[in-house]
Amino acid sequence: MPSAPAGTLYRGHEGMWSWVAHRVTGVLIFFFLLVHVLDTSLVRVSPEAYNDVIGTYKNPIMGLGEAGLVAAIVFHAFNGIRIILVDFWAKGPKYQKRMLWIALGLWVVAMAGFLPRHLMNVFGGN
Amino acid sequence: MAETTTEKPVTPDIELPRARYERRKTTRGNYELYSWVFMRASGVLLIVLIFGHLFVNLLVGDGVHAIDFAFVGGKWSSPFWQVWDLLMLWLAMLHGTNGVRTVINDYAERDGVRMTLKVLLYLAAVVTVVLGTLVIFTFTPCPTGEPADLLPAFCSA
Repeated sequence: MPSAPAGTLYRGHEGMWSWVAHRVTGVLIFFFLLVHVLDTSLVRVSPEAYNDVIGTYKNPIMGLGEAGLVAAIVFHAFNGIRIILVDFWAKGPKYQKRMLWIALGLWVVAMAGFLPRHLMNVFGGN
Repeated sequence: MAETTTEKPVTPDIELPRARYERRKTTRGNYELYSWVFMRASGVLLIVLIFGHLFVNLLVGDGVHAIDFAFVGGKWSSPFWQVWDLLMLWLAMLHGTNGVRTVINDYAERDGVRMTLKVLLYLAAVVTVVLGTLVIFTFTPCPTGEPADLLPAFCSA
């Protein structure tokens, strides 16, 4: 049986793009998690080894990376709640588009709370 | 039926009344159903665990600047944060591994490639979970012979 040609849009719109974003953020978070467990494991090597490596998380470029990571996690979390509601709430499929916009709205609010505080910590010069 | 005569009409096969309804007959088990349920259950717990983790590590006090050996030592000297981080490690790794497994199944069409990628994935998952678990349970906040200014304050008390 011939497989579908690569690069075909499934159906577009909110349903497909939220699915794409959920996959992309999920894979991203997974690879960070592998690295994060490894860097944290350095506490078993020595305090110096851990402090050296964790020090790289404190430079501004990594600080922006952390902001991106948190943005990915918060989207994945809120869209995950939307997926659960689509699956278990009787009216979930009917409101799936509206729930994506609500999730994105909550994402903006959460990031507006997180970013100033985090960026002040990163660029605050201490 | 060889013995069928015109006097006795053939009766069609009728299932026993109240026979258990089977949607499909398969020997594959319900693995994918449990995996689907797990993604939703672990997802809800992970929201609480990870949001709490991010709040305490990035937003309280000096945020990321406060994270060093002494900070980790202070947290993991309490069973509360040990259990928190252990749960987070296991749930996040199982949730993430299962998610990447789905992605591999979707895009790796050749059997050999799919198998290889999944073996690598499971290997990375097992190594990460075992390593992380050992670190949480064998960690000593006050290792001997290390400079006191790198250790949690309670070490020199």
